[in-house]
Amino acid sequence: MAIERLFIANRGEIAVRIVRAAQALGIHAIQAHSEADTDMLAVKLADEAICIGPAPSKDSYLNIEAVLKAAKDTGADAIHPGYGFLSESPRFARAVEAAGLIFVGPTADTIERMGDKVAARQAAIAAGVPVVPGSEGRIDVEDALKVAAEIGYPVMIKAAAGGGGRGIRIASNEAELRTLAPQAKAEAEAAFGDGGLYIERAILSPRHIEVQILGDGDTAVHCFERECSLQRRRQKVWEEAGAACLDEPTREALCASAVALAKAVNYRGAGTLEYLYDEATNAFYFIEMNTRIQVEHPVTEMLTGVDLVAEMINVCGGAKLSMTQDQITRSGHAIEVRICAEDPFMQFMPWPGVVSKLVEPKGEGVRFDHFLSEGYQIPPFYDSLLGKVIVHAPTRDAAIDKLVIALTELEIGGTKTTVPLHLALAADPEVRKGAFHTQWLEPWLAAGHLTATKGDAA
Amino acid sequence: MSNIQSPLPGTFYHKPSPEEPVFKSPGDAVAIGDTIGLVEVMKTFIAVTSEVEGTFVKYMIDDAAPVTAGAVLAELA
Repeated sequence: MAIERLFIANRGEIAVRIVRAAQALGIHAIQAHSEADTDMLAVKLADEAICIGPAPSKDSYLNIEAVLKAAKDTGADAIHPGYGFLSESPRFARAVEAAGLIFVGPTADTIERMGDKVAARQAAIAAGVPVVPGSEGRIDVEDALKVAAEIGYPVMIKAAAGGGGRGIRIASNEAELRTLAPQAKAEAEAAFGDGGLYIERAILSPRHIEVQILGDGDTAVHCFERECSLQRRRQKVWEEAGAACLDEPTREALCASAVALAKAVNYRGAGTLEYLYDEATNAFYFIEMNTRIQVEHPVTEMLTGVDLVAEMINVCGGAKLSMTQDQITRSGHAIEVRICAEDPFMQFMPWPGVVSKLVEPKGEGVRFDHFLSEGYQIPPFYDSLLGKVIVHAPTRDAAIDKLVIALTELEIGGTKTTVPLHLALAADPEVRKGAFHTQWLEPWLAAGHLTATKGDAA
Repeated sequence: MSNIQSPLPGTFYHKPSPEEPVFKSPGDAVAIGDTIGLVEVMKTFIAVTSEVEGTFVKYMIDDAAPVTAGAVLAELA
């Protein structure tokens, strides 16, 4: 049953993206909004809009009963959850299914299974996807030495009963492990009354690489990989497609492993498998799966020409995938940067201003996904993402050059934004070389690089 | 009498977390730099501190209520 009336249970730039995708497919778009989002762009663009509650997310975008009631009241036959909010809530997906509506995403059972770290790791192992090698369950000091010899150094030693990174030690060889394991055991006994240990291979400066997959419940394909290693406080700030650090055999193996897992769970919709990539050993390890569309999906769309949002709407409406794997090809290189309402020179302090001026970057291979308009008061109640500038060019170097031009053209008056951060990153020689990893950006900021390039960036 | 205003728009909280007591109760002494509440703006919590000393009278905005920049959050005597 093809979707005819799509209810969008999200806000901001992704709501705009989904409204436009729905309308391009000839689907009636119904936009949900909180009392604080009455005049947001997705509401203006949609065919119909409905208020689902007060400003706080828990009373509106996270309120399952309110969302379902509004969807039924407006005669929707499907709900697109976007990203964040209820997009990975098995309870929500189950309630949508129970109400007789289509959830634009995988089944509630798949969301639940892949949302559980242990279950997801087991599913990955069963599908032959590499995971970070470690001890299966709790072990003692002698076993730790045996396991470490098998998985290879350096290893990370954790208390089996612990959590939140407490008491983690890293041993780079057997001698260190002999010293550190008894300390870890004693500390675990003191802290948790349980001296059980867990060890896994320590990947010290990994890159974050992820694979975009699409499934229709029967079969699945990949749309290649993205690299999102530039992160601050575990938030991605700059994303690329593809990952320039990968050689072709590694790329093929990585993408094939993602498809194997997607097929093993009969995946439906758009999803992403996240991996750590250890450049030193050319090895990748699955860490988790996101069962939704992601913020950085446009770089994959630019790289492959596939409309991921349209495809997920179609397959969730019951269609088969519109393409086979060999029809999905990559060309050139794409980069996305996240434009947030934050002051990068003041510890990224949020800055919910009124947009006094808006000049969008334009040109071939330039895309600006956002929800702004002149005179718009950016609400303080939600996250600070205003939009994304995405560029595509034949080479990575040309993409960085194009990004600088696009960011220079972009003008958002009345608020602080993270544009200066991205201009400084684009001017950095290490970024230009692609020589970074997930632990790179924070020390770079702490070393004052942003302040130093302030004059150049302006 | 003096007022403490919100430095930013957002959501105002009387407590450091839902399980904890309020930052200030009527009659409490307030020193310069004391935190009287939090404003959540774009998922970031900003401490609202007093720039004057005095005695806490009352909150002028409900706990977990939206505020605009410059809104009077609390009254001191």
